[in-house]
Amino acid sequence: MKLGSVAREKTRSGFLAEVRRRSGTNPADCYQCGKCTAGCPLTFAGDLDPARVMRLVQLGQRDAVLQSRTIWLCASCETCTTRCPQEVDLASVMDALRIMAREAGLTQAAREVAIANAGLLGSVKSRGRVHEMMLVLQQNLRTLHLFRDAEKGPVLMLKGKMDPLGHKRGARDQVRRLFENVARMEAAERAASTTPRCACSDEGGEA
Amino acid sequence: MSYAYFPGCSQQGMAAEFDRSARSVCDRLGIALSEIPDWVCCGATPAHATSHLLSIALPALTLAKVKDADAVATVCAACYSRLRIASHELREDAELRARVKEAAGVECAGEVPVRHLLDILCNDLGVAAIRERVKRPLAGLKVACYYGCLLMRPPKVVAFDDPENPRVMDEVLAAAGAECVEWPYKTECCGASLSLARPDVVCKLANDILREARDAGAHVIAVACPLCHTNLDLRQADVARQYGVRYEMPVLFFTQLLGLALGVPEKGLGLNRLIVSPKPVLEKLAAA
Repeated sequence: MKLGSVAREKTRSGFLAEVRRRSGTNPADCYQCGKCTAGCPLTFAGDLDPARVMRLVQLGQRDAVLQSRTIWLCASCETCTTRCPQEVDLASVMDALRIMAREAGLTQAAREVAIANAGLLGSVKSRGRVHEMMLVLQQNLRTLHLFRDAEKGPVLMLKGKMDPLGHKRGARDQVRRLFENVARMEAAERAASTTPRCACSDEGGEA
Repeated sequence: MSYAYFPGCSQQGMAAEFDRSARSVCDRLGIALSEIPDWVCCGATPAHATSHLLSIALPALTLAKVKDADAVATVCAACYSRLRIASHELREDAELRARVKEAAGVECAGEVPVRHLLDILCNDLGVAAIRERVKRPLAGLKVACYYGCLLMRPPKVVAFDDPENPRVMDEVLAAAGAECVEWPYKTECCGASLSLARPDVVCKLANDILREARDAGAHVIAVACPLCHTNLDLRQADVARQYGVRYEMPVLFFTQLLGLALGVPEKGLGLNRLIVSPKPVLEKLAAA
Protein backbone atom coordinates (compact mmCIF):
# COMPACT_ATOMS: atom_id res chain seq x y z
CA MET A 1 0.00 0.00 0.00
CA LYS A 2 2.59 2.47 1.15
CA LEU A 3 4.93 1.71 -1.71
CA GLY A 4 2.03 2.02 -4.17
CA SER A 5 1.03 5.44 -2.94
CA VAL A 6 4.61 6.69 -3.07
CA ALA A 7 4.87 5.49 -6.65
CA ARG A 8 1.53 7.16 -7.44
CA GLU A 9 2.77 10.44 -5.97
CA LYS A 10 5.82 10.26 -8.19
CA THR A 11 3.69 9.66 -11.26
CA ARG A 12 1.43 12.55 -10.36
CA SER A 13 4.18 15.07 -9.80
CA GLY A 14 5.81 13.58 -12.89
CA PHE A 15 2.77 14.64 -14.93
CA LEU A 16 2.94 18.22 -13.64
CA ALA A 17 6.67 18.30 -14.35
CA GLU A 18 6.17 16.99 -17.86
CA VAL A 19 3.47 19.58 -18.64
CA ARG A 20 5.78 22.25 -17.25
CA ARG A 21 8.70 21.08 -19.36
CA ARG A 22 6.72 20.80 -22.57
CA SER A 23 4.74 24.02 -22.21
CA GLY A 24 7.60 26.18 -20.95
CA THR A 25 5.33 27.62 -18.26
CA ASN A 26 4.56 26.55 -14.69
CA PRO A 27 0.97 25.38 -14.06
CA ALA A 28 1.78 25.23 -10.32
CA ASP A 29 1.73 29.05 -10.29
CA CYS A 30 -2.04 29.01 -10.89
CA TYR A 31 -3.92 30.10 -7.73
CA GLN A 32 -7.39 29.40 -9.13
CA CYS A 33 -8.66 32.96 -9.48
CA GLY A 34 -10.77 31.90 -12.47
CA LYS A 35 -9.92 34.84 -14.72
CA CYS A 36 -9.06 32.45 -17.56
CA THR A 37 -12.45 30.78 -17.27
CA ALA A 38 -14.26 34.12 -17.16
CA GLY A 39 -12.71 35.19 -20.45
CA CYS A 40 -12.69 31.84 -22.29
CA PRO A 41 -15.09 31.95 -25.27
CA LEU A 42 -15.32 28.14 -25.43
CA THR A 43 -16.46 27.23 -21.92
CA PHE A 44 -19.97 26.57 -23.23
CA ALA A 45 -18.67 23.74 -25.42
CA GLY A 46 -16.04 22.09 -23.23
CA ASP A 47 -16.38 19.58 -20.42
CA LEU A 48 -13.78 21.23 -18.13
CA ASP A 49 -13.22 24.96 -17.79
CA PRO A 50 -9.62 26.22 -18.13
CA ALA A 51 -9.09 26.85 -14.40
CA ARG A 52 -10.25 23.30 -13.69
CA VAL A 53 -7.77 21.96 -16.24
CA MET A 54 -5.00 23.83 -14.43
CA ARG A 55 -6.07 22.42 -11.05
CA LEU A 56 -6.21 18.88 -12.39
CA VAL A 57 -2.73 19.30 -13.88
CA GLN A 58 -1.49 20.46 -10.46
CA LEU A 59 -3.06 17.37 -8.90
CA GLY A 60 -1.51 15.09 -11.49
CA GLN A 61 -4.86 13.88 -12.83
CA ARG A 62 -3.35 12.76 -16.10
CA ASP A 63 -6.23 10.72 -17.49
CA ALA A 64 -8.97 13.21 -16.60
CA VAL A 65 -7.06 15.98 -18.37
CA LEU A 66 -5.82 14.09 -21.42
CA GLN A 67 -9.23 12.54 -22.08
CA SER A 68 -11.14 15.80 -21.78
CA ARG A 69 -12.88 17.48 -24.69
CA THR A 70 -11.76 20.92 -23.52
CA ILE A 71 -8.12 20.56 -24.53
CA TRP A 72 -9.27 19.99 -28.13
CA LEU A 73 -11.95 22.68 -28.16
CA CYS A 74 -9.50 25.32 -26.98
CA ALA A 75 -9.31 27.66 -29.99
CA SER A 76 -5.84 28.97 -29.04
CA CYS A 77 -7.22 32.51 -28.87
CA GLU A 78 -4.76 33.34 -26.07
CA THR A 79 -7.27 35.31 -23.98
CA CYS A 80 -6.35 33.25 -20.89
CA THR A 81 -2.61 33.72 -21.45
CA THR A 82 -3.08 37.46 -21.95
CA ARG A 83 -5.08 37.93 -18.75
CA CYS A 84 -3.51 35.47 -16.28
CA PRO A 85 -2.28 37.51 -13.26
CA GLN A 86 0.28 34.80 -12.53
CA GLU A 87 1.58 34.91 -16.11
CA VAL A 88 0.83 31.25 -16.68
CA ASP A 89 0.77 30.65 -20.43
CA LEU A 90 -2.41 28.54 -20.50
CA ALA A 91 -2.54 28.38 -24.29
CA SER A 92 0.87 26.68 -24.27
CA VAL A 93 -0.34 24.29 -21.58
CA MET A 94 -3.28 23.36 -23.82
CA ASP A 95 -0.84 22.73 -26.70
CA ALA A 96 1.33 20.52 -24.50
CA LEU A 97 -1.74 18.58 -23.34
CA ARG A 98 -2.96 18.01 -26.90
CA ILE A 99 0.48 16.78 -27.91
CA MET A 100 0.62 14.43 -24.90
CA ALA A 101 -2.92 13.18 -25.55
CA ARG A 102 -2.08 12.46 -29.16
CA GLU A 103 1.09 10.58 -28.20
CA ALA A 104 -0.97 8.50 -25.75
CA GLY A 105 -3.59 7.79 -28.42
CA LEU A 106 -6.25 9.67 -26.43
CA THR A 107 -8.00 11.73 -29.09
CA GLN A 108 -11.43 10.10 -28.89
CA ALA A 109 -12.97 13.00 -26.95
CA ALA A 110 -12.73 15.24 -29.98
CA ARG A 111 -12.00 13.01 -32.93
CA GLU A 112 -13.13 15.61 -35.46
CA VAL A 113 -10.61 18.20 -34.27
CA ALA A 114 -7.78 15.66 -34.37
CA ILE A 115 -8.82 14.69 -37.89
CA ALA A 116 -8.94 18.34 -38.99
CA ASN A 117 -5.47 18.98 -37.56
CA ALA A 118 -4.02 15.91 -39.26
CA GLY A 119 -5.77 16.87 -42.52
CA LEU A 120 -4.26 20.34 -42.63
CA LEU A 121 -0.78 19.09 -41.82
CA GLY A 122 -1.12 16.37 -44.46
CA SER A 123 -1.96 19.03 -47.02
CA VAL A 124 1.04 21.14 -46.00
CA LYS A 125 3.34 18.09 -46.03
CA SER A 126 2.42 17.10 -49.57
CA ARG A 127 2.00 20.56 -51.13
CA GLY A 128 3.90 23.01 -48.95
CA ARG A 129 0.68 25.02 -48.73
CA VAL A 130 -2.90 24.35 -47.69
CA HIS A 131 -5.39 23.29 -50.33
CA GLU A 132 -8.67 24.42 -48.75
CA MET A 133 -11.04 22.52 -51.01
CA MET A 134 -9.20 19.23 -50.50
CA LEU A 135 -9.27 19.89 -46.76
CA VAL A 136 -13.08 20.14 -46.65
CA LEU A 137 -13.56 17.06 -48.82
CA GLN A 138 -11.13 14.98 -46.75
CA GLN A 139 -12.68 16.10 -43.47
CA ASN A 140 -16.16 15.11 -44.62
CA LEU A 141 -14.96 11.73 -45.87
CA ARG A 142 -12.99 10.92 -42.74
CA THR A 143 -15.73 11.99 -40.32
CA LEU A 144 -18.51 10.54 -42.51
CA HIS A 145 -20.30 13.91 -42.56
CA LEU A 146 -20.41 13.53 -46.31
CA PHE A 147 -22.70 16.45 -47.04
CA ARG A 148 -21.62 18.88 -44.36
CA ASP A 149 -21.36 22.36 -45.91
CA ALA A 150 -22.07 20.74 -49.29
CA GLU A 151 -24.55 23.49 -50.18
CA LYS A 152 -21.69 25.99 -49.93
CA GLY A 153 -19.70 24.32 -52.72
CA PRO A 154 -21.57 25.85 -55.68
CA VAL A 155 -21.68 29.30 -54.01
CA LEU A 156 -17.95 29.23 -53.37
CA MET A 157 -17.18 28.03 -56.90
CA LEU A 158 -19.38 30.78 -58.35
CA LYS A 159 -17.59 33.40 -56.27
CA GLY A 160 -14.22 32.03 -57.39
CA LYS A 161 -13.36 31.19 -53.79
CA MET A 162 -12.79 27.53 -54.52
CA ASP A 163 -10.81 26.72 -57.59
CA PRO A 164 -9.97 23.01 -57.88
CA LEU A 165 -7.19 23.61 -60.39
CA GLY A 166 -5.78 26.99 -59.49
CA HIS A 167 -3.88 26.02 -56.38
CA LYS A 168 -0.21 26.92 -56.04
CA ARG A 169 2.41 24.95 -54.14
CA GLY A 170 5.53 25.96 -52.26
CA ALA A 171 8.95 24.33 -51.65
CA ARG A 172 7.47 20.83 -51.52
CA ASP A 173 10.70 18.86 -51.21
CA GLN A 174 12.03 21.06 -48.43
CA VAL A 175 8.75 20.77 -46.56
CA ARG A 176 8.54 17.00 -46.89
CA ARG A 177 12.08 16.63 -45.55
CA LEU A 178 11.22 19.00 -42.71
CA PHE A 179 8.25 16.87 -41.65
CA GLU A 180 10.35 13.70 -41.80
CA ASN A 181 13.14 15.29 -39.77
CA VAL A 182 10.74 16.55 -37.11
CA ALA A 183 9.19 13.09 -36.75
CA ARG A 184 12.62 11.44 -36.48
CA MET A 185 14.00 13.98 -34.00
CA GLU A 186 10.93 13.87 -31.78
CA ALA A 187 10.85 10.07 -31.71
CA ALA A 188 14.48 10.08 -30.58
CA GLU A 189 13.85 12.79 -27.98
CA ARG A 190 10.83 10.88 -26.64
CA ALA A 191 12.78 7.68 -26.35
CA ALA A 192 15.54 9.49 -24.47
CA SER A 193 13.18 11.21 -22.02
CA THR A 194 10.76 8.35 -21.23
CA THR A 195 13.18 5.50 -20.52
CA PRO A 196 14.31 6.55 -17.02
CA ARG A 197 10.83 7.70 -15.95
CA CYS A 198 9.22 4.36 -16.84
CA ALA A 199 11.85 2.49 -14.90
CA CYS A 200 11.41 4.39 -11.64
CA SER A 201 7.83 5.50 -11.22
CA ASP A 202 5.19 4.28 -13.64
CA GLU A 203 5.24 0.68 -12.48
CA GLY A 204 2.39 -0.05 -10.13
CA GLY A 205 1.43 3.60 -9.95
CA GLU A 206 -2.26 3.09 -10.63
CA ALA A 207 -2.49 -0.49 -9.29
CA MET B 1 11.32 50.66 -46.05
CA SER B 2 11.30 47.45 -48.07
CA TYR B 3 8.90 44.66 -47.17
CA ALA B 4 9.14 40.94 -47.90
CA TYR B 5 5.51 39.95 -48.37
CA PHE B 6 4.07 36.69 -47.01
CA PRO B 7 0.58 36.23 -48.54
CA GLY B 8 -0.43 33.02 -46.71
CA CYS B 9 -2.44 30.07 -48.01
CA SER B 10 -5.98 31.47 -47.61
CA GLN B 11 -4.99 34.55 -49.57
CA GLN B 12 -4.50 32.45 -52.69
CA GLY B 13 -7.77 30.58 -52.19
CA MET B 14 -10.83 31.51 -50.16
CA ALA B 15 -9.56 35.00 -49.33
CA ALA B 16 -7.80 35.94 -52.58
CA GLU B 17 -9.62 39.29 -52.35
CA PHE B 18 -7.65 40.05 -49.16
CA ASP B 19 -4.38 39.58 -51.05
CA ARG B 20 -5.62 41.51 -54.07
CA SER B 21 -6.96 44.46 -52.08
CA ALA B 22 -3.86 44.57 -49.87
CA ARG B 23 -1.60 44.77 -52.93
CA SER B 24 -3.82 47.44 -54.50
CA VAL B 25 -3.84 49.53 -51.34
CA CYS B 26 -0.08 49.26 -50.86
CA ASP B 27 0.42 50.22 -54.48
CA ARG B 28 -1.67 53.37 -54.00
CA LEU B 29 0.14 54.26 -50.80
CA GLY B 30 3.63 53.68 -52.19
CA ILE B 31 4.37 50.69 -49.96
CA ALA B 32 6.59 48.28 -51.91
CA LEU B 33 5.81 44.62 -51.26
CA SER B 34 7.93 41.89 -52.79
CA GLU B 35 6.55 38.39 -52.34
CA ILE B 36 8.83 35.89 -50.61
CA PRO B 37 9.74 33.33 -53.27
CA ASP B 38 8.52 29.78 -52.68
CA TRP B 39 7.07 30.56 -49.24
CA VAL B 40 5.39 27.74 -47.30
CA CYS B 41 2.40 27.48 -44.98
CA CYS B 42 2.90 28.82 -41.42
CA GLY B 43 1.40 25.59 -40.03
CA ALA B 44 -1.45 27.46 -38.32
CA THR B 45 -3.06 25.96 -35.21
CA PRO B 46 -2.74 22.30 -36.29
CA ALA B 47 1.07 22.63 -36.21
CA HIS B 48 1.38 24.10 -32.71
CA ALA B 49 -1.28 21.69 -31.42
CA THR B 50 0.75 18.77 -32.79
CA SER B 51 4.43 19.58 -32.38
CA HIS B 52 6.22 22.62 -31.01
CA LEU B 53 9.26 21.98 -33.18
CA LEU B 54 7.11 21.75 -36.32
CA SER B 55 5.31 24.99 -35.43
CA ILE B 56 8.62 26.88 -35.35
CA ALA B 57 10.42 25.02 -38.16
CA LEU B 58 7.71 25.69 -40.79
CA PRO B 59 7.77 29.49 -40.39
CA ALA B 60 11.59 29.34 -40.12
CA LEU B 61 11.75 27.76 -43.57
CA THR B 62 9.96 30.80 -45.01
CA LEU B 63 11.75 33.38 -42.87
CA ALA B 64 15.12 31.97 -44.01
CA LYS B 65 14.19 32.86 -47.60
CA VAL B 66 13.90 36.56 -46.75
CA LYS B 67 16.78 38.54 -48.17
CA ASP B 68 17.44 42.27 -48.10
CA ALA B 69 14.19 43.38 -46.49
CA ASP B 70 13.57 45.63 -43.52
CA ALA B 71 10.57 43.61 -42.40
CA VAL B 72 8.29 40.72 -43.29
CA ALA B 73 4.78 42.00 -44.07
CA THR B 74 1.73 39.83 -43.44
CA VAL B 75 -1.99 40.47 -43.84
CA CYS B 76 -3.52 37.37 -42.19
CA ALA B 77 -3.67 37.69 -38.40
CA ALA B 78 -3.07 33.96 -37.94
CA CYS B 79 0.01 33.83 -40.21
CA TYR B 80 1.23 37.00 -38.49
CA SER B 81 0.93 35.35 -35.09
CA ARG B 82 2.72 32.14 -36.12
CA LEU B 83 5.55 33.92 -37.96
CA ARG B 84 5.98 36.45 -35.19
CA ILE B 85 6.03 33.81 -32.43
CA ALA B 86 8.54 31.71 -34.40
CA SER B 87 10.88 34.63 -34.96
CA HIS B 88 10.58 35.65 -31.29
CA GLU B 89 11.41 32.15 -30.03
CA LEU B 90 14.27 31.75 -32.52
CA ARG B 91 15.81 34.98 -31.26
CA GLU B 92 15.51 33.97 -27.60
CA ASP B 93 16.42 30.28 -27.66
CA ALA B 94 19.74 29.07 -29.06
CA GLU B 95 18.92 25.40 -28.45
CA LEU B 96 15.68 25.73 -30.41
CA ARG B 97 17.63 27.46 -33.21
CA ALA B 98 19.90 24.44 -33.46
CA ARG B 99 16.98 21.97 -33.51
CA VAL B 100 15.18 24.03 -36.16
CA LYS B 101 18.35 24.05 -38.24
CA GLU B 102 18.50 20.28 -38.08
CA ALA B 103 14.79 19.93 -38.93
CA ALA B 104 14.38 22.58 -41.62
CA GLY B 105 17.89 22.44 -43.06
CA VAL B 106 18.15 26.23 -42.94
CA GLU B 107 19.54 28.73 -40.52
CA CYS B 108 17.16 31.32 -39.13
CA ALA B 109 17.91 33.64 -36.21
CA GLY B 110 14.61 35.50 -36.43
CA GLU B 111 16.31 38.82 -37.03
CA VAL B 112 13.96 40.35 -39.61
CA PRO B 113 10.92 41.72 -37.74
CA VAL B 114 7.53 40.28 -38.68
CA ARG B 115 4.91 43.02 -39.07
CA HIS B 116 1.20 43.13 -39.80
CA LEU B 117 0.00 45.50 -42.52
CA LEU B 118 -2.07 47.47 -39.97
CA ASP B 119 1.10 48.07 -37.97
CA ILE B 120 2.89 49.22 -41.13
CA LEU B 121 0.04 51.53 -42.16
CA CYS B 122 -0.23 53.13 -38.73
CA ASN B 123 3.37 53.25 -37.59
CA ASP B 124 5.53 53.39 -40.75
CA LEU B 125 3.29 55.32 -43.11
CA GLY B 126 1.08 57.11 -40.58
CA VAL B 127 -2.64 57.87 -40.76
CA ALA B 128 -2.00 61.46 -41.88
CA ALA B 129 -0.46 60.15 -45.12
CA ILE B 130 -3.50 57.93 -45.65
CA ARG B 131 -5.88 60.84 -45.08
CA GLU B 132 -4.05 62.89 -47.71
CA ARG B 133 -4.56 60.22 -50.35
CA VAL B 134 -8.26 59.55 -49.72
CA LYS B 135 -10.30 60.29 -52.85
CA ARG B 136 -13.75 59.00 -51.85
CA PRO B 137 -14.17 59.27 -48.07
CA LEU B 138 -16.38 56.58 -46.52
CA ALA B 139 -18.55 59.32 -45.00
CA GLY B 140 -21.58 58.01 -43.14
CA LEU B 141 -20.38 54.38 -43.12
CA LYS B 142 -20.51 52.89 -39.65
CA VAL B 143 -17.87 50.20 -39.25
CA ALA B 144 -17.34 47.70 -36.44
CA CYS B 145 -13.59 46.97 -36.48
CA TYR B 146 -13.12 43.33 -35.53
CA TYR B 147 -9.56 42.42 -34.55
CA GLY B 148 -10.22 38.84 -33.51
CA CYS B 149 -7.89 36.95 -31.24
CA LEU B 150 -4.45 36.63 -32.75
CA LEU B 151 -3.68 40.12 -34.02
CA MET B 152 -2.99 41.43 -30.51
CA ARG B 153 -2.27 38.32 -28.48
CA PRO B 154 -0.22 37.22 -26.67
CA PRO B 155 0.94 40.79 -25.93
CA LYS B 156 4.44 39.71 -24.89
CA VAL B 157 5.10 38.65 -28.46
CA VAL B 158 2.72 40.15 -30.98
CA ALA B 159 1.03 43.30 -29.77
CA PHE B 160 1.55 46.65 -31.43
CA ASP B 161 -1.50 48.07 -29.69
CA ASP B 162 -3.62 47.64 -26.55
CA PRO B 163 -4.57 43.92 -26.45
CA GLU B 164 -7.93 44.61 -24.77
CA ASN B 165 -9.01 47.68 -26.73
CA PRO B 166 -6.95 48.02 -29.89
CA ARG B 167 -7.34 51.17 -32.02
CA VAL B 168 -5.11 50.74 -35.09
CA MET B 169 -7.82 49.52 -37.47
CA ASP B 170 -10.24 52.14 -36.16
CA GLU B 171 -7.62 54.83 -36.84
CA VAL B 172 -6.86 53.61 -40.35
CA LEU B 173 -10.54 53.41 -41.32
CA ALA B 174 -11.34 56.72 -39.60
CA ALA B 175 -8.61 58.25 -41.79
CA ALA B 176 -10.55 56.77 -44.73
CA GLY B 177 -13.58 58.74 -43.55
CA ALA B 178 -15.55 55.94 -41.87
CA GLU B 179 -17.25 56.22 -38.50
CA CYS B 180 -15.91 53.38 -36.33
CA VAL B 181 -18.37 52.30 -33.65
CA GLU B 182 -17.42 51.41 -30.08
CA TRP B 183 -18.37 47.82 -29.33
CA PRO B 184 -17.35 45.16 -26.82
CA TYR B 185 -16.49 42.24 -29.13
CA LYS B 186 -13.43 43.69 -30.90
CA THR B 187 -11.09 40.96 -29.68
CA GLU B 188 -13.47 38.09 -28.92
CA CYS B 189 -12.53 34.87 -30.72
CA CYS B 190 -14.64 33.57 -33.64
CA GLY B 191 -13.40 30.00 -33.10
CA ALA B 192 -11.42 30.09 -36.34
CA SER B 193 -9.46 26.89 -35.91
CA LEU B 194 -12.67 24.92 -35.24
CA SER B 195 -14.41 25.97 -38.45
CA LEU B 196 -13.87 22.63 -40.15
CA ALA B 197 -14.32 20.32 -37.17
CA ARG B 198 -17.07 22.02 -35.17
CA PRO B 199 -19.14 24.45 -37.26
CA ASP B 200 -21.86 24.34 -34.58
CA VAL B 201 -19.46 25.86 -32.04
CA VAL B 202 -18.30 28.47 -34.54
CA CYS B 203 -21.91 29.48 -35.27
CA LYS B 204 -22.51 30.35 -31.61
CA LEU B 205 -19.40 32.57 -31.54
CA ALA B 206 -20.19 34.15 -34.92
CA ASN B 207 -23.77 34.85 -33.82
CA ASP B 208 -22.52 36.68 -30.70
CA ILE B 209 -20.12 38.81 -32.74
CA LEU B 210 -22.66 39.63 -35.48
CA ARG B 211 -25.32 40.51 -32.90
CA GLU B 212 -23.01 42.85 -30.98
CA ALA B 213 -21.90 44.61 -34.18
CA ARG B 214 -25.51 45.08 -35.29
CA ASP B 215 -26.56 46.34 -31.85
CA ALA B 216 -23.71 48.85 -31.90
CA GLY B 217 -25.25 50.27 -35.08
CA ALA B 218 -22.61 49.04 -37.53
CA HIS B 219 -23.42 48.84 -41.25
CA VAL B 220 -20.47 46.57 -41.92
CA ILE B 221 -17.78 44.63 -40.04
CA ALA B 222 -14.11 45.08 -40.99
CA VAL B 223 -11.69 42.17 -40.42
CA ALA B 224 -7.97 41.44 -40.73
CA CYS B 225 -8.05 37.64 -40.90
CA PRO B 226 -9.35 35.23 -43.56
CA LEU B 227 -10.56 32.76 -40.91
CA CYS B 228 -12.60 35.43 -39.13
CA HIS B 229 -13.91 36.40 -42.55
CA THR B 230 -15.08 32.91 -43.44
CA ASN B 231 -16.76 32.43 -40.07
CA LEU B 232 -18.56 35.77 -40.13
CA ASP B 233 -19.42 36.07 -43.83
CA LEU B 234 -19.87 32.52 -45.17
CA ARG B 235 -21.44 31.15 -42.00
CA GLN B 236 -24.22 33.77 -41.76
CA ALA B 237 -26.55 31.29 -43.49
CA ASP B 238 -25.71 28.65 -40.84
CA VAL B 239 -26.19 31.21 -38.09
CA ALA B 240 -29.65 31.98 -39.52
CA ARG B 241 -30.49 28.27 -39.46
CA GLN B 242 -29.10 27.70 -35.95
CA TYR B 243 -30.38 30.91 -34.31
CA GLY B 244 -33.17 32.11 -36.58
CA VAL B 245 -31.59 35.53 -37.17
CA ARG B 246 -30.67 36.85 -40.62
CA TYR B 247 -28.12 39.60 -40.12
CA GLU B 248 -27.28 40.32 -43.78
CA MET B 249 -24.22 42.04 -42.35
CA PRO B 250 -21.49 42.65 -44.95
CA VAL B 251 -18.06 41.61 -43.68
CA LEU B 252 -15.14 43.22 -45.53
CA PHE B 253 -11.39 43.03 -45.22
CA PHE B 254 -10.07 46.36 -43.92
CA THR B 255 -8.01 46.61 -47.10
CA GLN B 256 -11.20 46.53 -49.22
CA LEU B 257 -12.71 49.44 -47.30
CA LEU B 258 -9.47 51.40 -47.40
CA GLY B 259 -9.14 50.64 -51.12
CA LEU B 260 -12.64 52.03 -51.79
CA ALA B 261 -11.68 55.27 -50.07
CA LEU B 262 -8.39 55.49 -51.99
CA GLY B 263 -10.29 55.15 -55.27
CA VAL B 264 -9.03 51.68 -56.20
CA PRO B 265 -11.28 50.32 -58.99
CA GLU B 266 -13.57 47.50 -57.92
CA LYS B 267 -11.58 44.93 -59.89
CA GLY B 268 -8.64 45.54 -57.59
CA LEU B 269 -10.73 44.91 -54.47
CA GLY B 270 -12.74 41.77 -55.23
CA LEU B 271 -15.95 43.01 -53.60
CA ASN B 272 -17.96 40.64 -55.82
CA ARG B 273 -16.36 37.67 -54.03
CA LEU B 274 -18.04 38.44 -50.69
CA ILE B 275 -20.97 36.19 -49.80
CA VAL B 276 -23.06 38.90 -48.14
CA SER B 277 -22.91 41.68 -50.70
CA PRO B 278 -21.89 45.12 -49.47
CA LYS B 279 -23.47 46.74 -52.55
CA PRO B 280 -26.83 47.75 -50.97
CA VAL B 281 -25.08 49.48 -48.07
CA LEU B 282 -22.50 51.19 -50.29
CA GLU B 283 -25.10 52.32 -52.83
CA LYS B 284 -27.31 53.79 -50.13
CA LEU B 285 -24.27 55.65 -48.86
CA ALA B 286 -23.38 57.00 -52.29
CA ALA B 287 -26.97 58.20 -52.82
CA ALA B 288 -27.13 60.01 -49.48
